[in-house]
Amino acid sequence: MQLVTPGIGLIFWMLVSFSLVLFVLGKYAWKPIMKGIHQREDTIEKALEAANDAKKEMLKLKAGNEQLLRDAKDERDALLRDARKIKETILEEARIKATEESARIVAGARENIQFEKMAAINDLKNQVAAISIEIAEKLLGKELENRQQQQLLTEKLLKDVKIN
Amino acid sequence: MIRKLLETVRFQFVWVVLLLAGAAYGNTAIDTAAQPQVQSHEKAQTEKAFDAGKMIIEHISDAHEWHILEYNGFQLSIPLPVILLDNGKLVSFSSGNFHHGHEAYRGYRLMMEGEYEGKIVKVLEDGETIDASAKLPLDFSITKNVLSLFISVLLLCVIFISIGNKYKKNPNTAPKGLQSVLEPIILFVRDDIAIPGLGKKNYARFMPFLLTVFWFIFLNNLMGLIPIFPGGANLSGNISITLVLALFTFAITTFNGNKNYWTHIINAPGVPWWLKIPIPLMPIVEIVGLITKPFVLMVRLFANMTAGHIILLGFMSLIFIFGNMNIVAGYGVSVFSIAFGVFMSMLELLVAFIQAYVFALLSSIYFGMAMEEHHSPEEHTTEH
Repeated sequence: MQLVTPGIGLIFWMLVSFSLVLFVLGKYAWKPIMKGIHQREDTIEKALEAANDAKKEMLKLKAGNEQLLRDAKDERDALLRDARKIKETILEEARIKATEESARIVAGARENIQFEKMAAINDLKNQVAAISIEIAEKLLGKELENRQQQQLLTEKLLKDVKIN
Repeated sequence: MIRKLLETVRFQFVWVVLLLAGAAYGNTAIDTAAQPQVQSHEKAQTEKAFDAGKMIIEHISDAHEWHILEYNGFQLSIPLPVILLDNGKLVSFSSGNFHHGHEAYRGYRLMMEGEYEGKIVKVLEDGETIDASAKLPLDFSITKNVLSLFISVLLLCVIFISIGNKYKKNPNTAPKGLQSVLEPIILFVRDDIAIPGLGKKNYARFMPFLLTVFWFIFLNNLMGLIPIFPGGANLSGNISITLVLALFTFAITTFNGNKNYWTHIINAPGVPWWLKIPIPLMPIVEIVGLITKPFVLMVRLFANMTAGHIILLGFMSLIFIFGNMNIVAGYGVSVFSIAFGVFMSMLELLVAFIQAYVFALLSSIYFGMAMEEHHSPEEHTTEH
C-alpha cells in the first residue's frame, strides 16, 4: 500500500525541484540550445541554397561564356569576310583606276605627241620656208639678171611649195 | 497511432498487474515459510532468514536513510536529514538518531512494520507505543528519493546548461563531445515528439517542458538502474514523482485548452441531444476522460519502472532463496539469475528510453488536442 500512496514530502520536494529545473533549464539550456540548433539549420539551409544558386549561376555563366565565344568567333569571321571583300573591292577599284589612269596617260601622251608632231612639222615648215627663202634669195641673187628665168623659177618654186 | 499506443498501454497494464500479483504472492509464501525462523530471530541474529518480498519492497520504496550495504550485521548507510512539520512546528534532526528504526528520538519513531511502515510517528514517553491521540506529523524529510531527486536535478542543470553555453559560445559549428551525443536525442524530441503532436506552428512553446520532462524521466530511469549510490533510488517508479509529472501535463493541457476544446467537453458537437439532457452523460464521460489521461500517465510510468525493478530484484532474490536451502543450489542458480538479470537490465535500458518517450509523446499529444482548431461536423463524425 505504501508503494501506491503518494507521500506529501516527496510531492512537495518534487514540485519545488521540478518547477525550478523547468525554469532554469528553460531559461539557460533549452532556449540557447533550440536557438542554436535552429540557427544552424537555417545557416545550413541557406548555405545549401546559396551553393545551388552558385551552381546554377556558374552554369549560366558557362553558357554565357560559350555564347560570348561563339559570338566573338562569328564576329571575327564576319570581320575577316568583310576585310576580304573590302580588299577585293579595293583591289578592283585600284585596278580600274589604274587602267583609267593609264588610258588617260596614254591619251595625254598621244595628244602630246600629236601636238609635238604638229609643232615639229610647223617648225620644219618654218625652217624649210626660211631655207627656201634663203635659197631663193641666193638664187634670186644669181638669177635675177635673167627675168624670164626668174619668172619660171618662181612658178616652179611655188609649185613645189604647194606639195607640202 | 493513438489506438496503437493505447493497446500497448493496456498490454503493459496486464503485464504489471500480473507481476505485482506474482510478487505479492511470493511475499506471502515466503513469509509463511520463514515463520519459524523469525521466532528464533533474537537467538541467531546472524542467521536471519532471507525475505525476498520484504527485500524487494525495501529496495523500491523510499527510505529515511540511504542503505548501501550490510555485512555480518554491520550496516553501511548514509543517514539523511529528517524534517517534520508537527502541528505547525518545524522539527529537524538526523535520521541516524533512529538507529534504523530501533530507537525513538525526541518523541518520534520510525516504524519498520505494521500499519505505519516506513513512516515517522509520534510515540509516548516509553518510546514504544504509538501516540494514538496525536496527528501524524507531516514528513518533509530529505529521504533517499528526495536526495536522488536533488542529485538528478543538479546533474540535469550541469549537463544542459554547459551544453547550452556551447551553443551560445560557438554558434554554427558542428556539435562536439557530449553535445553531439545529446543533440540527436534533443532533435528526436523535437521532430518525433513535439512536432507530430503539436504541429509546426505551436510546438516551440512547449519544447522546454517536453525536453525537461523527457530528460528528467530518462535520466532518473537510467540512474535507477545503477545499483549503488548515487543511483539505485527508484525515483521514476515512485508514485509521488509520477503524480507531479502528470499534474504538470494536466495543468499545461488545461491552461492551453481553447474554445474548441472546452466546447467538446461541455457540449460535444455531433452527439445526439439526449446524451446531454437531462442526464449530462457525454460531459461526464468527457470530464472523466480529462482526469484519466494524466492518471494513466502517472500509473504507466510508475508501474513500468517499478515492475522492472521488481523483476531484476526477483532474479537476484532467487540466488538467496536457493542459497538458504542449499549453498550449492544458490551458486547454481546464480548463473541463470545473473544471465536473466543482465538480459532484464538490457530490456530496462530500452524501457527507460521508451517510457520517457511515451510520457513526452502523450503529453505533446494532449497539448495538441487541447489546442486543436475547429473541425467541420462531417469531418468529426468520420474521424470517430
